[in-house]
Amino acid sequence: MAWQFSNDRPIYLQVSDQIVSGILAGPFRKGEKLPSVRELAVLAAVNPNTVQRALSELESLGLIETQRNTGKYVTQEEGLIEMAKQKRGALLAAEFLKNMTALGYTGEQAIDLLRQTKGEEGKANERTGV
Amino acid sequence: MNGPAFECRGLTKYFARNPALLDINITLPAGKIIGLLGPNGSGKTTLIKLACGLLTPTEGRIRVCGHEPGIESKALVSYLPERTYLPEWMTAIDCLRYFRDFYADFDYARAVSMLQSLQVPADAVMKTLSKGTKEKVQLVLVMSRRARLYLLDEPIGGVDPAAREYILETILKNYSEDSTVLISTHLIADVEKVLDEFIFLQNGQLVSYASTDSLREDLGKSIDQYFREVFRC
Repeated sequence: MAWQFSNDRPIYLQVSDQIVSGILAGPFRKGEKLPSVRELAVLAAVNPNTVQRALSELESLGLIETQRNTGKYVTQEEGLIEMAKQKRGALLAAEFLKNMTALGYTGEQAIDLLRQTKGEEGKANERTGV
Repeated sequence: MNGPAFECRGLTKYFARNPALLDINITLPAGKIIGLLGPNGSGKTTLIKLACGLLTPTEGRIRVCGHEPGIESKALVSYLPERTYLPEWMTAIDCLRYFRDFYADFDYARAVSMLQSLQVPADAVMKTLSKGTKEKVQLVLVMSRRARLYLLDEPIGGVDPAAREYILETILKNYSEDSTVLISTHLIADVEKVLDEFIFLQNGQLVSYASTDSLREDLGKSIDQYFREVFRC
């Protein structure tokens, strides 16, 4: 997992976003143990205090849990992960629409283009036998 | 002991009639990685040298881990100077042994392994090493101490990007809750991810002392961009 940071937002929010991505798409799966704060800090090349803050944020959302003496784990609750997924999806969709509007697409045109792209992808997959 | 790592009140330093620092008041907590930023000639090195006891203040007072700069504070402070001072005739490994003799908190095994990671030839005489390699040796020495306060004057300026990454990683790995790292540098973009807080100096005066993330939150920009705006030439 590649850790990258943009300039315009606090790093701790970006770290927590990327851990959420890690929970949704791997390598951090439901119920699994997370690396320690220090390990995460070295992996992401950020300050350990920043990682700590990002983890507290996720903990307050219930996405991760601290088990005494053993470390932090991704939640077992499917519902919470599903919520995080929907929230992330809604954000991506809103961003997509915003970018398309900036290009001059109407909402309908943008959706049509999505369908078309989806269709082509489907065909391509048939050809390659996926 | 969890008092402030560094504290100064009304700290002022004149070189002849030229003010280098004017009435600086800062308290740096333990357990933070703090950037010391500012344009050339803003007083960064002067502040660090005062904290080390290499210069004496014209006015004001300094406390390093509760001590006035002196023998007790020097045992707790690991200082990376802007220029290396190691004797040219020594080999890198000689320098390590030299430091082991000097400082009770020096971790020799760790220094040897850092030297290897940075691919510094241990038996090469300092005179034969490049400027960047000498800086690596100096950095290994400084980071191998278990100090309470690390004062790093331009630690990454002279080394290649790979070594820069390794150095920042070393700082992160060695981070402990009771030691504070103060890094002076111009390469803000490279260090800002690892900084908890930063100090901006300009013309010997304190422009701001704030948390990195709170600045990003309030202004929606990076420290690097902020710096370029504040100090636009």
